[in-house]
Amino acid sequence: MNAPLSRTAPAQGAAPLITAKGITVTLGGHDVLRGVNVDVQRGEILTIVGPNGSGKSTLLRALTGAVRPSSGTVTSAKGLRLGYVPQKLAIDAALPITAARFIGLPGRVSRDEATKALARAGASGLENRQMGDMSGGQFQRVLLARALLTKPDVLLLDEATQGLDQPGSAAFYRQIEEVRETLGCAIVMVSHELHVVMAASDRVICLNGHICCEGHPETVASAPEYRALFGTGTMGALALYRHEHNHSHDPAGADACQDPACGHDHSHDHGPAHDHGPAHDHGPAHDHDHDHTHG
Amino acid sequence: MLDSFLFRAALAGLGVALAAAPLGCFVVWRRMAYFGEATAHAAVLGVALSLALNMSIMIGVVAVAAAMAMALSALTGRGYAMDTALGVLAHSALAFGLVGISLTSGVRVDLMAYLFGDILAVGKTDLMVIWGGAALVIGLLAWRWQALLTSTLSPDLAHASGINPERESRILTLALAITVAVAIKVVGVLLIASLLLIPAAAARPLARTPEGMALWAAVIGGASALGGLRISLQLDTPTGPTIVCTAAALFVLTGVIGALRPRNTA
Repeated sequence: MNAPLSRTAPAQGAAPLITAKGITVTLGGHDVLRGVNVDVQRGEILTIVGPNGSGKSTLLRALTGAVRPSSGTVTSAKGLRLGYVPQKLAIDAALPITAARFIGLPGRVSRDEATKALARAGASGLENRQMGDMSGGQFQRVLLARALLTKPDVLLLDEATQGLDQPGSAAFYRQIEEVRETLGCAIVMVSHELHVVMAASDRVICLNGHICCEGHPETVASAPEYRALFGTGTMGALALYRHEHNHSHDPAGADACQDPACGHDHSHDHGPAHDHGPAHDHGPAHDHDHDHTHG
Repeated sequence: MLDSFLFRAALAGLGVALAAAPLGCFVVWRRMAYFGEATAHAAVLGVALSLALNMSIMIGVVAVAAAMAMALSALTGRGYAMDTALGVLAHSALAFGLVGISLTSGVRVDLMAYLFGDILAVGKTDLMVIWGGAALVIGLLAWRWQALLTSTLSPDLAHASGINPERESRILTLALAITVAVAIKVVGVLLIASLLLIPAAAARPLARTPEGMALWAAVIGGASALGGLRISLQLDTPTGPTIVCTAAALFVLTGVIGALRPRNTA
């Protein structure tokens, strides 16, 4: 799973590509998101983590415009191109479609371009395969190829490695890494693979209906809100990562988290319905990493 | 040539088959079969309105179909299941239409012609309406093809690409209403949905791409129209149902071909 993404510093001070201001999203009478503020900066890798049902996918869909917030605004930079890789996509068996045809939607591409795009996403030779006949990994790569074709300014990945085995998901993240290096696009990821994405990100948002904390991965991982949601297990994984790869880190950037951002929720918003607490036991799943953190 | 009623019938059947083919593919892909059926049934109410107000049947049918689509989204928005809402609307519209037609005083209306079609009585004006409507439907679908296909695969993917899937589905509803209106004369409201569904379903085993399926559906639909017309003359059977029977036979044939062919050949 050691497929760290490179950390090129995002452009500072530039206008954000997407800005969500105080968005509240209500689905089926239930507030899935409450007063969420997010900026997506050019070239950054922003990761959204949170327990099931915390509104991660909804936030991503709000950023693409697929869900309209009941209050608050989402604004995008003019002419912004989005690449979106959904969590799952069920293609009806009644609809025959090859990979080469699929990635030409909605912008038509030549056969040659399709072949190149598939190769870039690690899906060479799948041109004539039916989308319905592919394995999970192949399908995800074709989705990625399609998302990359428009040379997006922002690539949005929703649990993109779901259903992949470990090597498959590591390879997928390596692909993402290459993509950012070649295209220089911003990447917004939703993932449950905390140890990988946390280590790979420039910035992490910990979501549970509202933003619990946000900032640099290390800062978030040590924030009490984050630990309340995920336990302390991921700290070990993060340390493991940092140990192996600390040569690539800019020490000056290590404390980039603004305290107000991490701490702003302490003062309000923690209603009784809010269940931070031991019920979320993501911790043990990562415990094995503890053994490797020192040394 | 246009003076021959057979030639006019053949042209009418072909026109409807060509428009119904690509549209029928979307009906199959989006699982709108019952919606197509409901639109066809509602067309009877459209016919009644057109007769009462003395306007073109095309306008009445399109207006009623649009009203039905709006009523449908209002009902499903209030918690009724889709099939319940469609059933209520389709059968109410059919019943009100039948009652309405019987109340229309003056002209004696051949109700059977609307229910089962009367392709052999297609006149030159009918032909113009059919081909005009078919051209409109094909043009609409060709213009919106990429966006429609993206929205059909995933509304979320469409949104991310700057496409509004609700708008695309309204375009499909409109195309469906036009197709129903022009097909009444050919197969009648009771069998219109079959002309949408069966050729598209029959095309599925032969196709590897959406476009291939639409083309095969057009070939199968056209063959059904011409073949059905010929068979009905030979056997002296009602033409509309014979066309549908021919399509059904082709559906079985392509199904067998699909089953015999090895799968996953690239």
